[in-house]
Amino acid sequence: MTHPDSDSPGLRQTILSLAEPIVATEAGPVLLCLQKVQAHYGYVPEGSVSVIAEVCNLTRADVHGVLSYYSDLRKTPPPRVPVRLCAAEACQAVGGRALAKAWRQACESDPELAEDTGIDEPVFCLGNCALGPAALVNDELLGCADVDRLKAAVVIARSKVAL
Amino acid sequence: MSIWFVPRDAAARSVGADQIAEALEAQGLEVVRTGSRGLLWLEPLVERADSRDGVRVGWGNVRASDVTACLPEESDESYLGEVEQLDYLACQDRWIYQRVGVIDPVDPADFIAHGGLSGLRRALDMSPDAVVDEVFESGLRGRGGAGFPTGIKWRTVAQQNPAVHAGDPADAPRHKYICVNADEGDSGTFADRMLMEGDPFCLLEGMAIAAHAVGADLGIVYLRSEYPAAIAVLTEAIIKARELGWLGQGILGSDCNFDVTIRVGAGSYVCGEETAMLESLEGRRGMVRAKPPLPAIEGLFGTPTVINNVLTIASVPSILARGAEAYAALGEERSRGTQVFQLAGNIARGGIVEVAFGISARELVLELGQGTRSGRPLRAVQIGGPLGAYLPADALNIPMAYESLAAAGAMLGHGGLVVFDDTVDMAEQARFAMEFCVEESCGKCTPCRIGAVRGVEVIDDLLASDDPAASERLLRDLCDVMTQGSLCAMGGLTPQPVLSALDQFPEDFRVGGGVQSPATRGVSHEQAN
Repeated sequence: MTHPDSDSPGLRQTILSLAEPIVATEAGPVLLCLQKVQAHYGYVPEGSVSVIAEVCNLTRADVHGVLSYYSDLRKTPPPRVPVRLCAAEACQAVGGRALAKAWRQACESDPELAEDTGIDEPVFCLGNCALGPAALVNDELLGCADVDRLKAAVVIARSKVAL
Repeated sequence: MSIWFVPRDAAARSVGADQIAEALEAQGLEVVRTGSRGLLWLEPLVERADSRDGVRVGWGNVRASDVTACLPEESDESYLGEVEQLDYLACQDRWIYQRVGVIDPVDPADFIAHGGLSGLRRALDMSPDAVVDEVFESGLRGRGGAGFPTGIKWRTVAQQNPAVHAGDPADAPRHKYICVNADEGDSGTFADRMLMEGDPFCLLEGMAIAAHAVGADLGIVYLRSEYPAAIAVLTEAIIKARELGWLGQGILGSDCNFDVTIRVGAGSYVCGEETAMLESLEGRRGMVRAKPPLPAIEGLFGTPTVINNVLTIASVPSILARGAEAYAALGEERSRGTQVFQLAGNIARGGIVEVAFGISARELVLELGQGTRSGRPLRAVQIGGPLGAYLPADALNIPMAYESLAAAGAMLGHGGLVVFDDTVDMAEQARFAMEFCVEESCGKCTPCRIGAVRGVEVIDDLLASDDPAASERLLRDLCDVMTQGSLCAMGGLTPQPVLSALDQFPEDFRVGGGVQSPATRGVSHEQAN
């Protein structure tokens, strides 16, 4: 994953190459462009908004409005192995709140774990509501999650990221 | 040689199905990856048959270590016998889910061998109007939650002329759209996901029937980003369907032209509301539109648009194949046909139950579901997602149908039932309902945007107050404003879980009530970070 300088010509060129084919073929392309940029960089780097606005013939405010609305879209690089715990009712019913608390404690006592997994961003429902608590470790769905299973999944995910 | 069947469904994989499939394949055995049967407490559920269509016997809760040393045997404790004879499956009447868990979801031949395309073939032999009539006569209603009669929606779109995209020149191409709402954000629901992962061709078949019926040329599935496995399976199915001529120009040799694409959501619950979904599909912030105009008249990019939930569209192929009359014979009052119920939360036997409307919540939760997973007494069931009412344990005799639930101040929603045991703090659940609305409100209308924030505050006041009666009056007043004044169901229905908790479990709202002290109960998932 690269971390581009917001003013670099390279960033501009890359975003143009990602956005222009979308704008040429799709109606209402802004969200698609932002998703494409995020798929490329892992986040939407500063400086993307003005380039996308230019390509879509919109104001920067229009594009920023979309970027700030959707919780999936992020303006900073993601952690190495993002861990997201389901915070919705079906997982609450099987100890989701206690798991979130235990996971925070595990991260507090292990700075490396905290740095790799980031601050737990809750997600509302992963569609695994009969096998809760549910969690996402990177793109891996976990059912009947507990701290040990989460840690084990992080170890596996770290080794995949390292490759 | 025996054939082994291991689910590739995300829920089964979340408890280790992939490792089992790998272990079996490593021994040179033939393994077919299917969807999940929906008996989720038994996952990973591994099945074996003598041939592809042979009788399947199964083993539940299999671990990879169980299959590496030696294969599962009929003497094992995990042996279930013939899977389709298990009470949980034998009592079901599967129309939508007939192939889920049975077939390889991305094998077109398997799909056809199990009745796939028979609905579309019959529809293409009928006039579009006759197809609309058939859907109308089946009594099918929208399964996303609102329950609007599908036939009426389709007829409205069929009566419109195709239109150019808003802002395009008058000689630009004219379209009508079929938009499938697969933004299944309600906690306790997973039937859209499992259908898309287990029988994606069924959804595409239903969309093609809808396209023929209303004269649409383009289809979009708006699929939430939290479902990466469903996105992958449906993408593969679309590619294969195009290659086979099930989508594209002249579907199955008819004069119907229709193609489908997927649009992935970006983590917004309110985009499950149909007009917010249209805004999102048009690339903007997913904010609710005022109605009218109805999407059926001016929908996506201003063109006539059918918006249906996954389960609604997936009901259509079997309605066409088996006939509207047979479908309408099921159910009660104006709740006709089958509903895919989803048993979730603290439940011993969670999963998918597709049966006719009218089954009681008690039968679903206590008989099929066998009560709580924790073994503790059941205290509450939330029906219909985060905007649905909480029912106390003694109110479960209610028939599961649109009318009976509405009469009880509850709603069917997307058919999810989330079970809680006696450790639940209902004041905390009420507070969460408001918090969720704070988090997910699109912000367009004031009762929802501001009301939810005030709702959290008023509930906190109520729990700490010396004069709880005054706080309760204020909370009820606020809920009334949200119910009456919100633009869509997000703000309009958030009071439903709040008030049902307050009415049915008042003891939890008293100072010192519930299972937690007022000092700690308000600490939310996010705030505690």
